[in-house]
Amino acid sequence: MKSLIKKLVETVGPSGYESKIREVIRGEVEGYADEIRVDAMGNLIVKKGEKKEGGLRVMLSAHMDEIGVMVTHVDKNGFARFTSVGGVRPHSCYGSRVRFMNGTVGVIGGERLDNANHVHALEAMYIDVGASSAEDCPIKIGDVAAFDRPFEDLGKRLVSKAMDDRVCAAVLIETLKQVKNSPHELYFVFSTQEEVGLRGATTAAYSIDPDVGIASDVTMTGDTPRGIKMEVGLGKGPAIKVKDGGMLADPKVVEAMIQCALKHNIPYQLEVLLGGTTDAKAMQISRAGMPAGCLSVPTRYLHTPSEMVDVEDVNNAVKLLTALLSEPIELT
Amino acid sequence: MKNEEILSQIPEIGEGQIKLLETLSNAVSVSGDEGEVRAIVMEALKELADDVRVDALGNVLVTKKAKVENPIRVMIAAHMDEVGFMLVDDEGEGLFKFEIVGGIDNRQLVGKPVLVGKDKLPGVIGAKPIHLTTADERKNPIPLENLRIDVGPGNSKKCKVGDRATFATRFETWGPSLVGKALDDRLGVATLIELLKHTPGNIELLAAFTVQEENGLRGARVAAYSMHPDVAFVLDSTPANDLPVWDEEENARYNVRLNHGPAIYRLDAATLSDPRLINLLTDTGDELGIPYQYRQPGKGGTDAGAIHKQRGGIPSVSISVPGRYAHTAVLIARREDWKNTLALVYATLCKISKDLFLADR
Amino acid sequence: MTDLKDTLKKLISLPGLSGYEAPAREVIAAAWQPLVDEISVSPMGSLHGFRRGTGPEPRPSILLAAHMDAIGLMITGFQDGLLRFTEIGGVDPRILPGLRVTVHGRRNLPAVVVQPPDYLLDPTQRGKSVAMEHLFIDTGLEEDEVNQLVSIGDLASFAQEPLELSGRTIVGHSLDNRISVAAITYCLQELQHMLHAWDVWAVATVQEEETMGGGFTSPFKIDPTVAVAIDVTFAKGPGANDWRTVGLCKGPTLAWGPNAHPYIHKKFLDVADQLEIPYQKEFAPRHTGTDAYAMQVTASGYPTMVIGIPLRYMHTPVEMIAMKDMERAGRLLAETIVRLEVDFMEKITWDEVKDEE
Repeated sequence: MKSLIKKLVETVGPSGYESKIREVIRGEVEGYADEIRVDAMGNLIVKKGEKKEGGLRVMLSAHMDEIGVMVTHVDKNGFARFTSVGGVRPHSCYGSRVRFMNGTVGVIGGERLDNANHVHALEAMYIDVGASSAEDCPIKIGDVAAFDRPFEDLGKRLVSKAMDDRVCAAVLIETLKQVKNSPHELYFVFSTQEEVGLRGATTAAYSIDPDVGIASDVTMTGDTPRGIKMEVGLGKGPAIKVKDGGMLADPKVVEAMIQCALKHNIPYQLEVLLGGTTDAKAMQISRAGMPAGCLSVPTRYLHTPSEMVDVEDVNNAVKLLTALLSEPIELT
Repeated sequence: MKNEEILSQIPEIGEGQIKLLETLSNAVSVSGDEGEVRAIVMEALKELADDVRVDALGNVLVTKKAKVENPIRVMIAAHMDEVGFMLVDDEGEGLFKFEIVGGIDNRQLVGKPVLVGKDKLPGVIGAKPIHLTTADERKNPIPLENLRIDVGPGNSKKCKVGDRATFATRFETWGPSLVGKALDDRLGVATLIELLKHTPGNIELLAAFTVQEENGLRGARVAAYSMHPDVAFVLDSTPANDLPVWDEEENARYNVRLNHGPAIYRLDAATLSDPRLINLLTDTGDELGIPYQYRQPGKGGTDAGAIHKQRGGIPSVSISVPGRYAHTAVLIARREDWKNTLALVYATLCKISKDLFLADR
Repeated sequence: MTDLKDTLKKLISLPGLSGYEAPAREVIAAAWQPLVDEISVSPMGSLHGFRRGTGPEPRPSILLAAHMDAIGLMITGFQDGLLRFTEIGGVDPRILPGLRVTVHGRRNLPAVVVQPPDYLLDPTQRGKSVAMEHLFIDTGLEEDEVNQLVSIGDLASFAQEPLELSGRTIVGHSLDNRISVAAITYCLQELQHMLHAWDVWAVATVQEEETMGGGFTSPFKIDPTVAVAIDVTFAKGPGANDWRTVGLCKGPTLAWGPNAHPYIHKKFLDVADQLEIPYQKEFAPRHTGTDAYAMQVTASGYPTMVIGIPLRYMHTPVEMIAMKDMERAGRLLAETIVRLEVDFMEKITWDEVKDEE
């Protein structure tokens, strides 16, 4: 599991530019799928099994894109101005490094501040790739980059950029490998452009037209010093989402997950997240609507280049999803 | 088709096209009330299309068939609506409270002449005389709730609450420039009409003249759903902020520049354009010597934001004519940029085929 | 005809918060059952009642949508025997201190929202209207018992009982938008003894207060010819007197703006004029904030309209409506529906729509 996560998080793939990470995931799932296709938005759609008696058509979604930056202008001295792709916070930019799709690495610097205690606005920062003019700069307007930070194995806990949401891509890959004799027609969707507004899941849900939708994504925690007030913490199990900033999970899906966890003695937590949302929101209101929910992996320091997860939470997420999909799902 | 052949067939921007743009620019079509532009479009479309219909929201949806079998189905969208005002409260004596529809900076309102209602009743947005203001007052913009549209006491019965209004600007040409209100997006509407007059035979053209773009891309959303095209191009106008910076440093936030050709979008708040379509546009521009520029990635959005998420996903890209001072009483664009926009889109359509989908996005 | 007051009072005594509408849905289903030909529940939980028209097939259909979900609170955590919470739908934190609620744990618990004294609060909150994250719900139970009876994600609903004031006005929580459900019910009752060519879909939608999820999804399956949202609108009252407000008990409102199809607006207006049903105009230059906003852009798009019922003190536990406004809205819906000819939509020629004088 750890080596799979490492491989996934170290691949560059900001929203809209998921071709590399898609090929990495494709390599992992080939051999376990009945059908693999890529749709117009670049979603990787992996089908397994047929609907049997008591079965449903289930769409699972983990997004493969990550937050990043896009160059808006290279000035005459070779400094590249940039904008965010997804929810990039200015306070985690200054001094960070970014890696472009073509391999170029740059450092984020900033204009002089009137007050050194202030944070640079994105517009007051730039990427320095070591160029001295616009002409010798290896990047140009429109090029995209992701944050660059090595994966660290801290034993129980793992740290990296792009845990959001590659850790859940790993959860879906492992679930795909482990689920046997499911009564369901399963669609594992590795979705695109989640960080810019759930765009990939929106179109994938439309074309798959499932009976039920389950997202797997990261969620915040309230277990850090003077952090947000939230009951979710690392190491207490995957979190079954009840509500987030964008949707109310279907109570039938929540109950099915809880009952499954209790039955198989898998630790879990209940999650009410005040901001943010996941692909489940897009699935819920697709076409005539569907019951939708989300299984979350608790993650500290979200949307920074050092997102931290607990490896047991990840393993338990796989266990819970595998168990859930191996049996008929009672949606009552 | 050979490049020379394409170049020889590129439609021109002549006096007839400018005249149509003038008619479009002077029409009043605030989001949600696009009747006047719709009527102009319908008139221009006579005998140009195989099928024309108006949908539930008021979009004009047009099909023009290809001259080949099994063509790629290309949607091209341009929005008919513009930013403006709605009268919301009648205070008597010809004075009306109003709300802004779409995004207009309050500071652009004071002292402007406006046209109100279907009969284009003249009116003004007045302000307190400077003599009666304090120095502190003058430092702050006048809030919308303190502004009124005044049609004069004699005309107070000729318009009513619920009527729309726009800036009264009339279209002009100034040397190389096109000057008028609502050129965002009447430039796109006029371009799309030209493309319907001169459609490359290799594509089925699905032209959508959309409503309510400035009100949240609502018309394009349903248009794309019902047209269900293979790909979509959106024609719009985007601000050229290539103006001096206060400290005379290099302007790194110009969005686009006048005279640099059509602006191709890579990223805005609503869309990450399909790279396959971006490459097709830039390759075409490079091969045929048609100038183009990238719109600086950033905020904002076009109808593509709604279109690309419909059904199973629709590869989309936007191309804009650069224009200064959009969403004010006057927009200034260059005729040359418009010409090159039409040329680039036309040439790209000549080259587009289903081979586009051989590679994954 | 059944007096709807009792049904309404029953409806506004129930929780049925967004996402958890089942209690309200059951009561509405019971009220609609005798008035419709078929009844079903959508995958998201919206209630679809179907009443067949008399026109030849394929018949046009009109969808009447009123959201049945209510605003309220959700438990997010525990602290020293007290409960932390967040909102479902838009709740003004200033109505919260001292608010009586029911916590829906393993059993229903009476409770109150409490505000700690200033000196115990985060300094930024002292003397201010205190943000929700600094308030608690107190059930009066000991910590062990609370933690056993309540879990994260449990709901808390407003406990205000319905009140009847003078002039046939009703006060209570969730009159937004169960008064509109009552208006649809009134319309269905009227239609019992009328002939209508069009099919009628009575829809009680879910999650309007959160995502408009019901509004986005119900038209997809039903694919109506016309979709009308019935929702509450601001009645004039303390602090609410500008152009966005209308009179209480002065008739339902007819919306005008981008979410209202001008031709359908005119149809309702003509019927109201003809029958002398009092009405008011509501101007929505951009969005109406109702299910019509969602229904209009579902799939290939639907012609939409919004009928409003004036309501005072929106999103408080003491919302106030006039029964007469509800009845007039219901009657206007029914009388308009019976006047929809089979070819009504074909007669719409966009650019001949003239505003009423």
